[in-house]
Amino acid sequence: MIILLAIAIGSLFGGATYLILRRSVVKLILGLIMLSHGVNLLIFTMGDGVRRGAPPLVDATGQPPAGSADPLVQALILTAIVISFGFTAFVLALAYRSNQAAGSDDLDDLSTTDRL
Amino acid sequence: MTFHLFVPIVSPLIGAALAVLLHHQWVVVRAITLISVLINLGYGLWLMSVVPQSGPLVAQASGWLAPFGISLVADSMSALMVMLAALLMLTTVVYSFYSIDRERETHFYYPLLLLLLLGVSGAFLTGDLFNLYVWFEVLLVASFGLITLGGSRDQLEGGLKYVVLNLLGSTAFLFGCGLMYGFAGTLNMAHIAERMATLANPGLQTVLAGVFLFAFGSKAAIVPLFFWLPSSYHTPPVAVTAIFSGLMTKVGVYSLYRVFGLLLQNELAIYAPWITLIAGLTMVIGVLGAVAQMNVRRILSFHIISQIGYSVMGLGLASAAGLAAGLVFTAHVMIVKMALFFIGGAAEQINGTGDLKKMGGLARREPLLALFWFLGILSLAGIPPLSGFIGKLILLQVGVSQQAYLITAVAAGTSILTFFSMLKIWNEVFWKKSYEDVNRLPRVRFGLLAPGAALVILSVALGLVAGPFVEYNTIAGQQLFDRAAYIATVCGADGCEAVYRASVK
Repeated sequence: MIILLAIAIGSLFGGATYLILRRSVVKLILGLIMLSHGVNLLIFTMGDGVRRGAPPLVDATGQPPAGSADPLVQALILTAIVISFGFTAFVLALAYRSNQAAGSDDLDDLSTTDRL
Repeated sequence: MTFHLFVPIVSPLIGAALAVLLHHQWVVVRAITLISVLINLGYGLWLMSVVPQSGPLVAQASGWLAPFGISLVADSMSALMVMLAALLMLTTVVYSFYSIDRERETHFYYPLLLLLLLGVSGAFLTGDLFNLYVWFEVLLVASFGLITLGGSRDQLEGGLKYVVLNLLGSTAFLFGCGLMYGFAGTLNMAHIAERMATLANPGLQTVLAGVFLFAFGSKAAIVPLFFWLPSSYHTPPVAVTAIFSGLMTKVGVYSLYRVFGLLLQNELAIYAPWITLIAGLTMVIGVLGAVAQMNVRRILSFHIISQIGYSVMGLGLASAAGLAAGLVFTAHVMIVKMALFFIGGAAEQINGTGDLKKMGGLARREPLLALFWFLGILSLAGIPPLSGFIGKLILLQVGVSQQAYLITAVAAGTSILTFFSMLKIWNEVFWKKSYEDVNRLPRVRFGLLAPGAALVILSVALGLVAGPFVEYNTIAGQQLFDRAAYIATVCGADGCEAVYRASVK
């Protein structure tokens, strides 16, 4: 399982890097989304319980039952997913508006604020 | 328990909520904003008077014990930063009263400012690595709103670069959080610090330090991660640029200090030469960029980068004295930089443009504005008795005492270039004869002059009574480097590991 996840994380990071380096704004945003998914998966593997069917629970004494997964990583990922969803929506809206204003989604055309 | 530590977070949160609900009544919204910021300022000042004597204060959210719950910790550096954030926000709010159009005011401008203050105060106070990430996102999303509010082409374009590159930096930080959790098995900063000291595998620690250096460095705009800053900071209204220059990059510096001072103290020795190299490059490249520009706010934006170099130099000196010196400088530059943005912005508004070639003659028309600008650039360049002199002198002293002669020489040389590029604005905007009839220009309004003037006067005051200020920062530097005291405050005298063991069989 952990090897599969490692390969998936690596692929997501590689694909994200490729997409972020493209000139199109849409591809850039897709790259950002892939990157955030890659990081979420990475956090998931950092818990000590990457096992199929292991629930994040505690028993009546407040201790995790034997064979349970680490609940903290799942809480962390949940937070990170919510944040990255919000930001993705914001960036998409921003890209749409800047596309309207500048009439292009090529990053090379979006350089008026950098000119001397 | 010291639950009052939640005050600087709760007050802007309630203020922002009320301001959103009442957004049609702009007078009420202004009053609410002012009150929230004043509460934060008062609390910050009180915290600064308490913490140096009592040592760090801690509040555990909902009463959960430290390594499990979420801690808020205030040491002297946090207290100073919380106070400064509120002070700078106060000047920004006053400046906004006179400079922001009604359109923006009714479209949640003040709630966004309060949310920015909320995020910044939270980031300064949190004692938990993942919560630091969350506070970063809170302040980022508020800043995204502020930078794009208005929606002109330049704003959207600059905003897109700002948003994307900041999101990349945040993702790198989240990546670091994940690795840190996998490595140390905890996210409470005190607990991490405790485990870092004993954990084997120093190689992974070095990797983690590199990830955090990248993540916070891109927030702080160090070389070579600064390109988003000069292409976006000059696009929103002056008040927004000013508060960004005062707070946003400094949160990155604060996090670098915190992470390297507390969590990765062992790695600081390894990274110190590289951090010093980056600091030198940041100073020089930032100031050279400023020399090339011909627009008031762009010159000032490049100067932000250059000044970050000095703050990072304090970290690169890798000692309590170095961190203290860096803190003195950071506090000074937050104040003076915002003053210069306010005054430059006022000059820009009088002339109707920020282009140096089209401005001129303001020294005769607005002598007060010219006076405060000149005092401001003297302070930034480091002329006694202003606060910039103290900040730089202490940095250079520590640099010489630690035999870091090269970076010390670079820092001293950069000061001259700083002064030169600031004099360019002085010559073009204030001194040069205007091609137009200066008497036809509008007079500067009191509200546009007052915030900048107040900050410059504060800079003079800090230079004149430097003793207590430096003393305070010396304590802050020592507290920052004192892992044992921090851990004892957060988790009790036995340390976090003992609490952890007692709860988990």
